Amino acid sequence: MNLTDKFKANPALLWSGVALIACALAVLPFVLAMAGTTWVRVTNLAILFTLLALGLNIVVGFAGLLDLGYIAFYGVGAYTYALLASPQFNIHLPFWIILPIGALAACVFGVLLGAPTLKLRGDYLAIVTLGFGEIVRIFFNNLSQPVNITNGPQGISRIDPFSIGGFSFNQSDIIFGLNFSGPVKYYYLLLLVLIMVIVINLRLEDSRIGRAWQAIREDEVAAQAMGINTTRVKLLAFAMGASFGGVAGGMFAAIQGFISPESFVLVESVMVLSMVVLGGMGNIWGVIVGALLLSFVPELLRHTVEPLQRSLFGRSLIDPEVVRMLLFGLALMLMMLFRPAGLWPSKVRKRELTEE
Amino acid sequence: MLEVSGLRVSYGGINAVKGIDLAVRAGEMVTLIGANGAGKTTTLKALTGLIRPAAGSVRYNGAEMTGVALHRRIGMGIALVPEGRGIFPRLTVEENLGMGAYCRNDRDGIRGDCERVYALFPRLAERRSQTGGTLSGGEQQMLAIGRAMMSRPRLLLLDEPSMGLAPLMVQKIFETIRAIAADGVTILLVEQNAKLALEICQRGYVMESGEIILHDNAPNLLANPQVRRAYLGEPS
Repeated sequence: MNLTDKFKANPALLWSGVALIACALAVLPFVLAMAGTTWVRVTNLAILFTLLALGLNIVVGFAGLLDLGYIAFYGVGAYTYALLASPQFNIHLPFWIILPIGALAACVFGVLLGAPTLKLRGDYLAIVTLGFGEIVRIFFNNLSQPVNITNGPQGISRIDPFSIGGFSFNQSDIIFGLNFSGPVKYYYLLLLVLIMVIVINLRLEDSRIGRAWQAIREDEVAAQAMGINTTRVKLLAFAMGASFGGVAGGMFAAIQGFISPESFVLVESVMVLSMVVLGGMGNIWGVIVGALLLSFVPELLRHTVEPLQRSLFGRSLIDPEVVRMLLFGLALMLMMLFRPAGLWPSKVRKRELTEE
Repeated sequence: MLEVSGLRVSYGGINAVKGIDLAVRAGEMVTLIGANGAGKTTTLKALTGLIRPAAGSVRYNGAEMTGVALHRRIGMGIALVPEGRGIFPRLTVEENLGMGAYCRNDRDGIRGDCERVYALFPRLAERRSQTGGTLSGGEQQMLAIGRAMMSRPRLLLLDEPSMGLAPLMVQKIFETIRAIAADGVTILLVEQNAKLALEICQRGYVMESGEIILHDNAPNLLANPQVRRAYLGEPS
């Protein structure tokens, strides 16, 4: 890429760019807060979805295993957090203990899904993962009897927010004369986690494991002949993708304070997958762009479509939700026609679609 | 080096390989020839651990190999050039060769071996930044062989390297295989092109419907009337 070459030739340019982005990201929540705290919340959700998309990208983008039930791991993480930090069982563990537990639980579920599907590829794998996602959700929905664990469709409420010592993430605090509201605090925490996940992803891509994933994505028998333990490497992809999902789920539960099975339906899996595909499978930056676009655009529409219709026709003719799906479908179609490898494709995917 | 005895493979009740014996000594070039469906590829799959044999033993340098997965054999000095080449189509020639050295850590050694492969196949050097999928069939076969050499194997197993290639290209590939053998690599070549295979190898096994029906020195096999009739297209 020309851009990377340019950066290599001039590191000062790279670092000033990074500094600029860092400043923008640091100031962002206060700018958003001026437009309304809602927008900070929307941004937080967008970051959560970016985390999810990056986790799914490991499975789909790096290892080439199509997973349509990814939201189940998000759910496992969220329920783990909710059960260990709410009045449900009257357990209130601190978040830095629960988040790793949630990641581990999701990881176990990832291996549970991965192990029986090792020999499946493409469509068949997609069907099994889809079923898995639904099974997990149905469990959340029905584990209220005979022993009430998940509280069924009512979900779990009054989940503890993150707190360290006396510093709680859902109260406002004045620090250095600035008003840090709950969502703003979460924003910084999420940003920190996002940066960590991005760094882990970048390191993974360049690692031996990353190369092994690349090989099994291309040709599994040949990968074995290269000395790659395909079983282990595939399970690792499922496990790692799942644990990122689990962490995101735990944070989601804490931020919302309430979860129910409705948050983990198939459409959510499809949404996360769309983020990966739209942005550019396998390319970390592309996936981030895809996730941010698909998180923010619907919110923008929600806030513009109805007022616009009211001012034009005096009343709301089309439900914003309908407009959203309409535009989403249109966008996907246009993408497949004009940028089939995604908005910002990985080098390898771009090659596939241009050279052959 | 490689000893196979009583090897039997079945696919759901159908016996594809019906108890064969086969041996390859260190430094030798041996070929396994036979028509389509004779069980050659199945035999090779059982030898490499891609499928589990129903009975029999495969010994490599005296150690039992049945049950050892394919990916663990590369560290023991066995390399496989899979049927249909099996290159990584979206990776460049260079990246493909890099994958061949997946189990090695010596950066300098890998670099050097990469150059040796390019010396062996100058065509690959020209195409080093092209993706595998854009190469011609012959070039892909070169890449598959070169990639297998990147693990510095002592035993190289080739599955029908002549498949789908133009005669001139086949000639070239076979010359290279001979050059690799001259470097001290033991070779087991599974082939349909009996004439060419017997011309470069020292010994040959002839396979038919899952059994080895003939086993002799290559010149004798080439002269054998049965082989000439069945595989070399001589009128009966």
